[in-house]
Amino acid sequence: MSSDMLPLLSKALGETVYMVVISMIIATLIGIPLGVLLHTTAKKQILACRNFNRILASIVNAVRSIPFIILMVAIIPLTRLIVGSSIGTTAAMVPLVIASVPFIGRQVETSLKEVPEGIVEAALSMGATPLQIIQRVLLPEAMPGIIAQLTTVIISLVGESAMAGAIGGGGLGDLAIRYGYQRFRPEIMLATVIILIVLVQIVQFAGNRLAKKLNKK
Amino acid sequence: MIKLSHIEKTYDSPAGPVKALKGIDLEIARGEIYGIIGLSGAGKSTLIRCINMLERPTSGTVTIDGQDITAMDESSLRQARKSIGMIFQHFNLLSSATVYDNIAFPLRLGHISEKDVRAKVAPLLELVGLTDKAHQYPAQLSGGQKQRVGIARALASEPKVLLCDEATSALDPQTTKSILELIRNINQKLSLTVVVITHEMQVIKDICDKVAVIENGVIAEQGNVLEIFTNPQKPITKEFISVLLSNSLPAAFRGNEISPKPVPGSYLLLRLTFIGESADEPVIAGMIREHHIEVTMLFGTLDQIKNTPYGRMIIGVTGDEAEIQRALDYLTERDLKVEVIGYVQRHASVAQ
Repeated sequence: MSSDMLPLLSKALGETVYMVVISMIIATLIGIPLGVLLHTTAKKQILACRNFNRILASIVNAVRSIPFIILMVAIIPLTRLIVGSSIGTTAAMVPLVIASVPFIGRQVETSLKEVPEGIVEAALSMGATPLQIIQRVLLPEAMPGIIAQLTTVIISLVGESAMAGAIGGGGLGDLAIRYGYQRFRPEIMLATVIILIVLVQIVQFAGNRLAKKLNKK
Repeated sequence: MIKLSHIEKTYDSPAGPVKALKGIDLEIARGEIYGIIGLSGAGKSTLIRCINMLERPTSGTVTIDGQDITAMDESSLRQARKSIGMIFQHFNLLSSATVYDNIAFPLRLGHISEKDVRAKVAPLLELVGLTDKAHQYPAQLSGGQKQRVGIARALASEPKVLLCDEATSALDPQTTKSILELIRNINQKLSLTVVVITHEMQVIKDICDKVAVIENGVIAEQGNVLEIFTNPQKPITKEFISVLLSNSLPAAFRGNEISPKPVPGSYLLLRLTFIGESADEPVIAGMIREHHIEVTMLFGTLDQIKNTPYGRMIIGVTGDEAEIQRALDYLTERDLKVEVIGYVQRHASVAQ
């Protein structure tokens, strides 16, 4: 093991964690309301609004159909507009967020659909407002499912962040390509793969635990 | 208290519009327990949902306590709903909240301190007998306990009306009994007006004052439970009642020809219905004492509809024709319902 490997790995891991955590937080803050809107504006739901729901759903589908590697390049002008540069770890977060928001939206929508209609009906019968129903019925009831879904999103973000590394975002993916592949250092390639595996295991384990703890059914 | 006028509800379906309710008129007095019975698909669930506007009627008006709630905007409607509690067949409790938090749910919708919440939830927990389960989650409770939580939750906002949508249909008979008892207690204690939707005549018989029989979106028959039970007019009503009251002949006579005229060796079968006071009087004894006839008891039940005793009996009479006629007159003069079934021979082979 060469002397430069440890600092290289720890720096790359730090960049990956930074990209994933910040992108995930921003994407969740936008994605959960998006999922709530997707669900509640659908037919027969508390904020039913057919046309709005259709438009929202088509935008979500459109973004989700673009492969991440293409999305990343295609939105370079937007990235530049937002962070002032199109390369670097922070710049990589723009496509990561844009790709994750619709993903989270759909996942949250799926979880909200699982909440029995009768519980919403009961809340309506007690005079709850739509906002109260979202905050006190839909989200808490769907929370175990949402946590499980978000875990999946984090894991796919880890993968996408490695791709983002290829356009100068840094992180473990970037390290594996530049050192492991291009400079013929298989030990670095192996180390990054192991770190990624461990990272994903930890995320999945934590997600499962939390979902289970929240599930009172 | 509750007045439904010309309620109609039409749904759009792929096969065209479906009329679920076709002009329902109903008046429910304060403090009454009003039962609405019908087969599934008769429109009874739609009807109860029209009372608190969970379903908006296509036409017609719903007035509760003098307020036309069909004309209300969303925010006044939400306010009005706070005085209409509702319980459901599948309880519809929050699985993510404890018993305590479920009961506190309607309270916390308004501006209320946690101290006041506690002060209101505690007596409700006691009322439904779940004080020791306050911090458990619904998944840890039995069906009956879940419905008790549902009842406590419905009562939390101190409603004037309680709507029960098939509240006991998912429960076993034992639990049904205890839940119905609880509903009746609350009705009396809080002088709450209760609307009960059910497909079981037993529920109507046990707690309701009045009943409406609904069939194909219209009210087939309505009135006092006792009257409907003793004198049903429509086939659908008779069918519901027959589940509880067997109208078939005793085994010893079943299948034999019923003749309007005496046949050698036949009995004249009479079906007698006693209601209220007359159920306590020794009418049969009096009839036997005063006439030269033989009376055989074939079938008898004594039951209660709400608190009124209600008896049914089938007797077989033999003897001199004129004497039987006089005995019949004796019965009809008394306060009971006499129905002459006819002359039937007893099966030789069936031992009584």
